Amino acid sequence: MSVLIYIDQADGHIKKASYEVLSYGAKIAEQLGTTAEGVLLGKVQDDLAGLGKYGVKKIHQVTNDNLAHLDGQVYAKVIAQVAEKTGAKVIVFSNNVDGKAIAPRLSAKLKAGLVTGAMALPDTSNGFSVKKTVFSGKAFANVAINSDIKIIALNPNAFQVTEGAGTAEVAAFDAAVDAPKVKVTATNKVSGEVPLSEAEVVVSGGRGMKGPENWGQLEELAYLLGAALACSRPVADAHWRPHHEHVGQTGLAIAPNLYIAIGISGAIQHLAGVNRSKVIVVINKDPEAPFFKAADYGIVGDAFEVLPKMIAAVKKLKGA
Amino acid sequence: MKILVCVSKTPDTTAKIAFSDNNTKFAQDGVQWIINPYDEWYALVRALELKEKDSSITLHLVTVGAADAEPIIRKALALGGDEAIRVNSDNHDSFYIASQIAEVAKQGAYDLVFTGKETIDYNGSSIGGLVAELLDLPYVALATKFDLNGTTATITREIEGGEEINEVQLPLVVSCQKGMAEARIPNMRGIMAARTKPLKVVEPVAVDNLTSIVGFELPPAKSGVKLLPADQAEELVRLLHDEAKAI
Ligand SMILES: Cc1cc2nc3c(=O)[nH]c(=O)nc-3n(C[C@H](O)[C@H](O)[C@H](O)COP(=O)(O)OP(=O)(O)OC[C@H]3O[C@@H](n4cnc5c(N)ncnc54)[C@H](O)[C@@H]3O)c2cc1C
Ligand SMILES: Nc1ncnc2c1ncn2[C@@H]1O[C@H](COP(=O)(O)O)[C@@H](O)[C@H]1O
Repeated sequence: MSVLIYIDQADGHIKKASYEVLSYGAKIAEQLGTTAEGVLLGKVQDDLAGLGKYGVKKIHQVTNDNLAHLDGQVYAKVIAQVAEKTGAKVIVFSNNVDGKAIAPRLSAKLKAGLVTGAMALPDTSNGFSVKKTVFSGKAFANVAINSDIKIIALNPNAFQVTEGAGTAEVAAFDAAVDAPKVKVTATNKVSGEVPLSEAEVVVSGGRGMKGPENWGQLEELAYLLGAALACSRPVADAHWRPHHEHVGQTGLAIAPNLYIAIGISGAIQHLAGVNRSKVIVVINKDPEAPFFKAADYGIVGDAFEVLPKMIAAVKKLKGA
Repeated sequence: MKILVCVSKTPDTTAKIAFSDNNTKFAQDGVQWIINPYDEWYALVRALELKEKDSSITLHLVTVGAADAEPIIRKALALGGDEAIRVNSDNHDSFYIASQIAEVAKQGAYDLVFTGKETIDYNGSSIGGLVAELLDLPYVALATKFDLNGTTATITREIEGGEEINEVQLPLVVSCQKGMAEARIPNMRGIMAARTKPLKVVEPVAVDNLTSIVGFELPPAKSGVKLLPADQAEELVRLLHDEAKAI
C-alpha cells in the first residue's frame, strides 16, 4: 500500500504545482500510516532525490522517447503500471492542464473514484471524503470516494508546500510504453512572462481602464510586483488584451496570493474565476461597485490617479 | 462523419448558491437553468460550424439527465444539430455519466465526441477524459481551436503559459473552451425546427457510482473590506506589505 504522487514537469523542470501535490500526498500517507512515492515520466534537470524533503520516500522514473510529449492515453497506461506495482491506494495529481488530461483516464482505467478540484486533506475519520470547489468557487462539496483505489486532483495554490529533511530514492521503472497518437507539431509559450495560472500576484484590468493604450501602467505595476496580467471578459472580447488573460466563469480560474482588480465592476461571473485568491484589492471609482464586497482592501478612486501613486509606492518599497 | 456533442444542464451563472436538506442538496427554488456555457458556446457551436462547412456531417447531442433536462436539450437543438439523445437518469457521479455517454457513443459509432471544458456547477472537468478512456480513444483536453482535414484533426490546446498544437487522427474525444467559436443565439427558424427534431430517450446501463456527495458548504464570508481614500495608495502598499504580507 502507498500513496502515489504524479510529479508534473515541463521543459525539463518540475512544476511548482508538483511541490504542492508532493507535500499534500506525503501528508495523506502520514494520515494513512503508509509511505508516499512519486512517479515522474521523462527526464528532468532538477535534483530528484532532493524531492525527499517534501516527504516522498521513493520516485519511480520512467524514461522513454514515447513520453516526450503529453498523450494522456499513453501516460495513464504507464501510471497504472506504477500504481499496480506499488499497490497505490491513493493517487494524487495537480488539477492543472496535465492533471485534467490524465487523472480522469486513470480513474476509468482503474475504476478508481476521482475527486478533482480538491481544496484540503481528505477526511478519513469516517470513510474517505475530500472537499472540492463547486459552483466555480462559490461553494465546496465534500465528496466521498467509495472505491478501493482513490484519485485526487488538488487545485493549484490550495495547499501549502511544506519542506522538511530527507532524500528520496530514485529508481528507474521499466514500463511498457505505447506510441503516442497525439502528435505535437508546435508549442507556443509566452516567453518571459509569469504564466497566469502559476502567478503569486495578479494585476487585472477591466473596462474602467478605458482602452488598450492605458495598459502601460498595469504592465509597469505587474513588472514591479513580479505579477502576471489578467483582464475581464469584455476587455478580451474587445481585443484590448489577448484572450489567455481573460479570467472568470468562462475564462481562466486562478487562485493567486494577491489579486489586484482595477476598473473591474466585480460581476458574479468575473468573481467566479478569482474568488479563491487569498487577498483581493479593488480599485474602482464607484463606491457601489459589487467587487468591494468580495475585497480585502479597496481604494475608491480614479484608476488614473491611483495607479501612478501606487507604482511610486511599490518602487519605493522595493528600493527601485 | 458523425459528431456527438455532450450537453449538460446547469444553473444560470447568476443563480444564488444555497443548499437545503441539511446542506446536502442544491436549493433549486427560483433557479433558472441553462445549457452549460462551455457546451453551448464552444462544443456545440464549433460542431455546428464544422457541419456548415461539410453538410455530410451528422450531428447528435446527448444529455444524461431526468425529464427536466429536456427544455435544455431542445434549446441546444434550436441552435442546430440533427437529433438529441437523453439518457434517462437522475444525477449521478462523473463515472456514471461518462459510462452512459460512452455507451451512446459506442452505439452510434461517432468519429468525434465534443464535451465542454467543465460543468459550471460540479466543476469536474473529467467527463471527457473518462469517456475517452472507456472508449480507448485519444483525448485532447482544454482545446481552444479545432480544425478538420479529412480524418486528421488539428487542435490547439492550453498549456501553462501558452499553447500547444496537436495533430490527431479520428476517432477522438475533445473538451472545448473559449476560442473554439464565437457564441451565437438561436433564431426563430431554429426554435421552430427544434420542436420537430427527434429526441430519443434511452434507459441507462447499470453502472456503480464511485463517489457520492456527502454535503455542501459555503466559503466563510470575507471579514469586510478595508477602504482607503484615493490619495492613500502609499498606505495601501504598506498594508499589503506589512499586514497582508502579500507583496
Ligand atoms: C454566461 C456569462 C459568462 C461570463 N463570463 C465572464 C468571465 O469569465 N469573466 C468576466 O470578467 N466577465 C464575464 N461575464 C461578463 C460579466 O457579467 C461582466 O459583464 C463583466 O465582468 C464586466 O467587465 P468589467 O468589470 O471590466 O466592465 P464593467 O462592468 O463595465 O465595469 C467597469 C468598472 O470600472 C469602473 N471604472 C470606470 N472608470 C474608472 C476609472 N477611471 N477608475 C476606476 N474605476 C473605473 C466602473 O465603476 C465599473 O465598476 C460573463 C457574462 C455571462 C452572462
Ligand atoms: N449529465 C451530462 N450529460 C451530458 N454531458 C455531460 C453531463 N455532465 C457533463 N457533461 C459533459 O462533460 C463536460 C465536463 O463536465 P464535468 O466533468 O462534470 O465538469 C461538460 O461540459 C459536458 O459537455
